[in-house]
Amino acid sequence: MTTSTTTLPGAATAAPARLTQLDALESEAIHVMREVAGEFERPVLLFSGGKDSIVMLHLARKAFWPAPVPFPVMHVDTGHNFPEVIAYRDATVAEHGLRLVVASVQDAIDDGRVVETPGGSRNPLQTVPLLDAITQHRFDAVFGGGRRDEEKARAKERMFSLRDEFGQWDPRRQRPELWDLYNGRHKPGEHVRVFPLSNWTELDVWRYIEREGIPLPEIYYAHERDVFARDGMWLTAGDWGGPRPDEVVERRVVRYRTVGDMSCTGAVDSHAATVADVIAEVASSRLTERGATRADDRASEAAMEDRKREGYF
Amino acid sequence: MGTQTTTDLPAAGGAADHAQRDLLRLATAGSVDDGKSTLIGRLLYDTKSVLADQLSAVERATRARGGDGTAVDLALLTDGLRAEREQGITIDVAYRYFSTARRAFVLADTPGHVQYTRNMVTGASTAELAIVLVDARKGVLEQTRRHAALTALLGVPHVVLAVNKMDLVGFDQATFTAIAREFADYAHVLGLPDVHAVPLSALDGDNVVLRSDRTPWYDGPTLLELLEQVPVGRDAAAEPLRLPVQYVIRPRTPDHPDYRGYAGKVASGLVRVGDELRVLPSGRTSRVVGIDTFDGPLTQAEAPRSVTVRLADDLDVSRGDVLVPAQEHVRTGQDLVGTVCWLTERRSVAGARVLVRTGTRTVRALLREVDARLDVDTLTVEQWDPVDTVRTIDATDTSSDAAPRSLGLNAIGRVRVRLAEPVVLDDYATHRRTGGFLLVDPADGSTLAAGMVGPTLLDRLAPVRADERDDDWLAGAGI
Repeated sequence: MTTSTTTLPGAATAAPARLTQLDALESEAIHVMREVAGEFERPVLLFSGGKDSIVMLHLARKAFWPAPVPFPVMHVDTGHNFPEVIAYRDATVAEHGLRLVVASVQDAIDDGRVVETPGGSRNPLQTVPLLDAITQHRFDAVFGGGRRDEEKARAKERMFSLRDEFGQWDPRRQRPELWDLYNGRHKPGEHVRVFPLSNWTELDVWRYIEREGIPLPEIYYAHERDVFARDGMWLTAGDWGGPRPDEVVERRVVRYRTVGDMSCTGAVDSHAATVADVIAEVASSRLTERGATRADDRASEAAMEDRKREGYF
Repeated sequence: MGTQTTTDLPAAGGAADHAQRDLLRLATAGSVDDGKSTLIGRLLYDTKSVLADQLSAVERATRARGGDGTAVDLALLTDGLRAEREQGITIDVAYRYFSTARRAFVLADTPGHVQYTRNMVTGASTAELAIVLVDARKGVLEQTRRHAALTALLGVPHVVLAVNKMDLVGFDQATFTAIAREFADYAHVLGLPDVHAVPLSALDGDNVVLRSDRTPWYDGPTLLELLEQVPVGRDAAAEPLRLPVQYVIRPRTPDHPDYRGYAGKVASGLVRVGDELRVLPSGRTSRVVGIDTFDGPLTQAEAPRSVTVRLADDLDVSRGDVLVPAQEHVRTGQDLVGTVCWLTERRSVAGARVLVRTGTRTVRALLREVDARLDVDTLTVEQWDPVDTVRTIDATDTSSDAAPRSLGLNAIGRVRVRLAEPVVLDDYATHRRTGGFLLVDPADGSTLAAGMVGPTLLDRLAPVRADERDDDWLAGAGI
């Protein structure tokens, strides 16, 4: 190997023979992304500014380097955003020369395509603008950051998940996935949701963020914030409708474990200020991330299964 | 139990611990009655992979079902979809994640019910280890043999026989030994290369993660110790190079105006800068001048790493091609013979137009015939004389007379397929990562069958000649 004829800068090295767990997960995700780029006409990557979508975008950059990412990113915007996350989204899109598609829940409400429940979360309202955007842009593959360890219904999700023309997921119609032969064939009007992070756990995502040095929106790390308690979570005051007169605002040191709609994404008490702190915290955590911070998953034991059937991410 | 937290989870470890750990994919086979869900729940629970809110949800569910709340029903940890909860069965492959300081595990939890054989085949396809579960009171049953046969068919290299419910047979050594012997004999017939047996109680936790003091006569490893010890990925790296091209990277940017790289995952073997490679099926050869990654160039890369390879010559290489060592004679062709598991309710039809997916290539094809069928319950093979001409069959006629040699859902048989263009035909028995294929319906894109090129377990078992067969085989066809 002394006669390398590579024309790129930098000395070539032999990769370690044995792939570590993170190497194996990274290689699998890159393989899935390249399959989509090779098989589909119009893929899109869902990008919320949350850590899972940030890791997905990082993997997409790796998969196609030195070419730019060959598909746009889409943000389903509930209108109840953390400003830090929107700033991160816009900076990332600009830095990597990406095309951003925004599917707006507010627009859908204004058009009357969805009806907002007073005081309710906007998370379930994302489904309609998401499906409308998929139809409008004729996207045939939609990358999502879903992981099988997140929730029981997701434990059965495929890497390539077929959705009918109504965006619906039918667990009995899912195709068996053998070896690494992903079958993305679909009829006109149907699309495929693709989950490259299927086999990652929350800890894997954090360890990968640490290994790769991937920057995140600062709300993932401990900071002081004015919050109030609702449904056992710390919510941030905002023009989405909180706090109510009976809810007391206090200043606490918190961080977010997930990033979503402000009205239903809660912060947790935390002093984890670095990736290493977060990893230590997650590793010793007594609550899964959805259980700790997502009000909508608590509605019923089958809440996620119901939303998935309707075409949610 | 409910008060246990995950604060001391060994998986957490320091950065140094987990950085070097590897990944084992495994599958479980067994029915609910064997205590499979309880066993998986036990693995998750005892490796501290269950978090407090999951556990409290299970505690609530245990009480709702009439439990007294003092013992958690660990089986509920793995009970996924509502239909399953309602019917008390497992209807689909579910994936579970747990880890120790040494290794991370991706577990495909596959149902044991006969109508869902396709899910077991799915779970076993990527597994390097299969856990076959038996109830110590019942021993090796027909379904145990079926699970072992499917494990052998899919070429899973390591098998662990988990003899569960030892607590219900008084941890009797003779019971365990008899079951382990019977299974070992059967595994030998199937050609399973590496088989271990462990006496355990998933309910109480004996020999799952923690060594039991109730089996003093057993000095072997616990189930988890076995899972941590089996070698991972050794066979893939030792095989000759196969690099199916997924995508051609051509940036056409000012920085890289003429860059042309072939992106793919090394399916098996090793690729090195300087290697002479052949592009199949075209047959042209060239030399590797660069192996590129986002993180910098490599001099060599081993399976299953995803890389981008540059070649010295400007060949016409595209998605679907396979890069192989130039000096190796690799078989390509248009006539595929292999064993399939039929995965859909529509029966196979001889003469049907299908798509064959192998590696990254999809080609049009004709399913010429099914000429043998494997009964995994009896391990008998029924074989028929070849059909010389392709008959035209009315696909809408699903009566058995119309398609006498066809496969129904979950049936396993040998097919002969004619391809519209040549593809690489690696035997599955020696090339597990490239010898698999799918049959796809060109009309709606559904996956009809999953297959393995070349001789498999079906060919290993002595065939019954067509003139000796029982005429009422159709009654049991399609299980």
